[in-house]
Amino acid sequence: MIQLIVFLPLLAAIVAGLGNRVIGNVPAKLVTTGALFASCALSWPIFISFVTGGAEAHVVPVLDFIRSGNLVVDWSLRVDTLTAVMLVVVTSVSALVHLYSWGYMSEDDSQPRFFAYLSLFTFAMLMLVTSNNLVQMFFGWEGVGLASYLLIGFWYKKPSASAAAIKAFVVNRVGDFGFSLGIFGTFLVFGTVSIPAILAAAPDMAGTTIGFLGARFDVMTLLCLLLFVGAMGKSAQLGLHTWLPDAMEGPTPVSALIHAATMVTAGVFMVCRLSPMFETSETAQHVVTYVGAATAFFAATVGTTQFDIKRVIAYSTCSQLGYMFFAAGVGAYNAAMFHLFTHAFFKALLFLGAGSVIHAMHHEQDMRYYGGLRKRIPLTFWAMMAGTFAITGVGVIGIFGFAGFYSKDAIIEATFASGSHAGAVAFGVAVIAALLTSFYSWRLVFLTFYGKPRWEQSEHIQHAVHDAHGHDDAHGHDAHGHDDHHAHDAHGDGTAGYHPHESPWPMLVPLVVLSLGAIFAGYVFHGPFLDAEQGGEFWKGSLAFDAHLMHAMHEVPLWVKLSATAVMLTGFVTAWYAYVRNPGFPAVFVSHFSILHNFLYRKWYFDELYDVVFVKPAFALGRFFWKRGDEGTIDRFGPNGVAALVVGGSRIAGRLQTGYVYSYALVMLLGLAAAATWAMVG
Amino acid sequence: MMSFPLLSVMIAVPLVAAAVALFTNATNARWIALIATLVDFALGIALWANYDIGGAQWQFVESAPLFGKFAWALGIDGIALMLIMLSVFLMPICILASWEAIEKRVPEYMAAFLLMESLMVGVFAAQDLFLFYIFFEAGLIPMYLIIGIWGGVNRIYASYKFFLYTLLGSVLMLIAMMWMAQQAGSSDIPTLMNYDFPVHAQSLLFLAFFASFAVKMPMWPVHTWLPDAHVQAPTAGSVILAGVLLKMGGYGLLRFSLPMFPEASAEFVPLVMGLSLVAVVYTSLVALVQSDMKKLIAYSSVAHMAFVTIGLFAFNRQGIEGALVVMLSHGLVAAALFLCVGVIYDRLHTREIARYGGLATNMPKYALFFLLFTMASIGLPGTSGFVGEFLSLIGAYEANSWVAFVATTGIILGAAYMLYLYRRVAYGELDKVDVAAMPDMNKREWLIMAPIAAVVLWMGVYPESFIAPMRADVGVLLARIERANPPGDAQLKKGAAKPVVAAEHAPEAAHGEGQH
Repeated sequence: MIQLIVFLPLLAAIVAGLGNRVIGNVPAKLVTTGALFASCALSWPIFISFVTGGAEAHVVPVLDFIRSGNLVVDWSLRVDTLTAVMLVVVTSVSALVHLYSWGYMSEDDSQPRFFAYLSLFTFAMLMLVTSNNLVQMFFGWEGVGLASYLLIGFWYKKPSASAAAIKAFVVNRVGDFGFSLGIFGTFLVFGTVSIPAILAAAPDMAGTTIGFLGARFDVMTLLCLLLFVGAMGKSAQLGLHTWLPDAMEGPTPVSALIHAATMVTAGVFMVCRLSPMFETSETAQHVVTYVGAATAFFAATVGTTQFDIKRVIAYSTCSQLGYMFFAAGVGAYNAAMFHLFTHAFFKALLFLGAGSVIHAMHHEQDMRYYGGLRKRIPLTFWAMMAGTFAITGVGVIGIFGFAGFYSKDAIIEATFASGSHAGAVAFGVAVIAALLTSFYSWRLVFLTFYGKPRWEQSEHIQHAVHDAHGHDDAHGHDAHGHDDHHAHDAHGDGTAGYHPHESPWPMLVPLVVLSLGAIFAGYVFHGPFLDAEQGGEFWKGSLAFDAHLMHAMHEVPLWVKLSATAVMLTGFVTAWYAYVRNPGFPAVFVSHFSILHNFLYRKWYFDELYDVVFVKPAFALGRFFWKRGDEGTIDRFGPNGVAALVVGGSRIAGRLQTGYVYSYALVMLLGLAAAATWAMVG
Repeated sequence: MMSFPLLSVMIAVPLVAAAVALFTNATNARWIALIATLVDFALGIALWANYDIGGAQWQFVESAPLFGKFAWALGIDGIALMLIMLSVFLMPICILASWEAIEKRVPEYMAAFLLMESLMVGVFAAQDLFLFYIFFEAGLIPMYLIIGIWGGVNRIYASYKFFLYTLLGSVLMLIAMMWMAQQAGSSDIPTLMNYDFPVHAQSLLFLAFFASFAVKMPMWPVHTWLPDAHVQAPTAGSVILAGVLLKMGGYGLLRFSLPMFPEASAEFVPLVMGLSLVAVVYTSLVALVQSDMKKLIAYSSVAHMAFVTIGLFAFNRQGIEGALVVMLSHGLVAAALFLCVGVIYDRLHTREIARYGGLATNMPKYALFFLLFTMASIGLPGTSGFVGEFLSLIGAYEANSWVAFVATTGIILGAAYMLYLYRRVAYGELDKVDVAAMPDMNKREWLIMAPIAAVVLWMGVYPESFIAPMRADVGVLLARIERANPPGDAQLKKGAAKPVVAAEHAPEAAHGEGQH
């Protein structure tokens, strides 16, 4: 069964990808979407059986992979609780995104290619989560990277899209550099790449030291940190996060599936899968905690200033991934996985909802040109509300809460309960970031759905209106900033006469289903994921489960439990004041704190910094080595120098042209062969 | 072993075909070349099918004394088998790739290729030192002619440079060979592989051979002939140059340097590793700024071949097997990338990257193949490129963490220059009229790409087919060089930090401090 779950999407991707124009749009879409719904239908029973306690972890062998001495790598599919969680997340979101894309991509002229990429991605992600060894995990890891590259660059004609695709791949490769060295080191130390064998042997390695780059390190700390660099790349943690916002160049369904729900959580999954390793190194855990906390804070601050609706959600994702990491860092791996699980539903929902808004607004993504959409696209609005309730953690203790209420609050409580210094820092950051989360989430809702329509400023809307009115002028699609020109279009209500429509049903069904997830996933599943007793039975050792910490979480003081709700309300009120009650306030604030605002708006200047430190020097060095090294030194004193000596100075060029040297060289070569023969005879 | 002299026949078939092709017209020459190379490929499959994995080290042995100490001695082990397979697999593809692109002096061209095939099989099958030398050096002549006659505008300079570099190494190697045959009293390669040369003599012998093999690889800084040779060579010439001729250097190190001079090999590990690491970083950066497609891929070849030397001189099984897989994989992938360049060069007659753009729109099949080979070059798991790089680097890490650290940056730089190339060729707006007019791949082009693509994926998913025949031979080599194996720098030391069960893991704790 697990073979079907994993390989059906691959098969579908091959059929749709190679069939492409031969089989046509609808068959390609049917095959891929059908395969994903089949995978999804097969995955849920596995997950349910783990929840109800009827299933045991097992490994299904597929094929030998690499055999080299004591390095033994297999293709195999591991199914345990951790995998089961990921199976339902990946296949459910992927199936819904496939369905959603029927509507969202209906006007695109290479739909088979798009669906093939989506299915290929799903296959790679499933290989990642079912891997029983580090090398297959790396296969899945790079496979999702490839799919991500292809999908970010799906609209490859746009220079910004192909640039973002390269950036995503190369920045991830920086992470993979660490991951690779981590695998090499793990193999050196443990003599195997099998995950269960490594995890079993890891505790014995505590205190062992290893030489690395001329210094000596604690072996488990070194290995965990190297592997964690890989996780940082894939999960867009501070320093290696720069690719994620740019990845929004991809079509919105891709952002929902890959850059919110599944692929970017692979790093969290990896840390949880290898949690017994991380448990052996306090230093590594602290690093994970601090990196996660820094990311959660950084991304949340940037998220408050962005205007592109997808970028806000992208930074939000980055920030939430930070939460998952510091949860893992303080030892609450199950809380990290629970947040991964709920986040997959509500973040996919928010992205798909944003997609629905973008669809309705004729590809306009700038929230400054939205406003008043609540009544125009009500279903999308309510779906976005469900997502916003979930991410900000709305709920009442002991009664009911949206998904994020259970998972995010559990993380906040776990950081407090962990009692370590790093945990205390993480707790502080978690509360501040929760405030910012609530603020930027409500800011998004208010800017998009409330207030008066501000659409007339939007070029996209202007084009739409023009096309609809059938008098597309000579400006064509290159026209910019022609407000005055459109004065006659102004209907006085800011709509420019444009009427947004609710999306078609293939897009609305996934919104409804995911809304249910965002509303109920936390309430239904918090028991098995988080409870001190139930949790042990549920996880069955598939990650390092700390029952003491789970107990301590429930014992935290009331003010800790209430702090999350308090900052959530504060964020809501602030956003309401700034974007509904007094819309002039943000401009005033920005003019007073322009340095701070620019710093945040420019994303802490990471891109500018990396450009100066890495990109430009790489090209400059390349040119230097080529012109000064190869041509200026090696060739000049090597072959060209010899030629000058042999043939005689300046006339070389002419002689080379006439073929003199050519014949000369041939004679020498033949002579040499003759000499060799003579030597052998003798 | 076998009464049927399969190896001799494999050398003879193209040779006879070359002689016949010379005296026919262009069309006949093409067909003769295609049939002869396909026959050789079929013979190669028979060779593989009849190769007994786990049997004798040397199989299909033939020996006929000619004159003096010189004997027509052939025989292969698993490593030679795989490299012969690579050669005979790529040859029909080369002929097909030249089918329409070559219009002048076709019979001579085909004869040159067929002659080269004979010589390449000979290089990998030779069991006599001097027979090897003749095949090894004579193999240059057809290549030299292919560049010099059917090459681009600047072909004379390129072939001159090619010649000059290889000449330098050859002379030194020949002298060393003569001394060795004198000293050991035999020119039989299997005998020499087990002959212990005095340690003090090994260093000089090693350097003499290294001079030749380093040029062939090519290693930094004797690599500058390669970009020029590739740029000027016709497509099929580049294919065979990257696919097979570059592998002769690695094969030489494996067959001669390591087993015959183990102590000297260990002594020169810092030199070899140093040059290889410079190559990885330096040539990758140079590849990044190239504006000529063939130059870019040529520079990437230098970087990839550095993984071969790094793996070989790691002195462990993963490293050496990795080096072998890199050789096979690069032989396929670089060949395929040059074929990809050839496909669009045939249409637009320029290698200037900036002249292209947006090919994914009008050439989707081509874009798919190009993507696959780009990814294989980057070392994406699931393609052959990953298996070799991964094994070679894991071996390097066991030997020395500095080497692994610097070499692994190659996976970042490799992704950067290859994706940058792909972006400029396949992505972007299709706004150039002549580029937009280019048709997608035709049947013949599809036929030359698809087999390589299939093998690249096969080697990436189930490399066991290719590693298994070589396993025992790597074992023999390891047994031979074990005595000189320098200690690694990991030096695990058990700590007493936590009261857990004392483990058995401390295999290398007995060694002294590593070289770093």
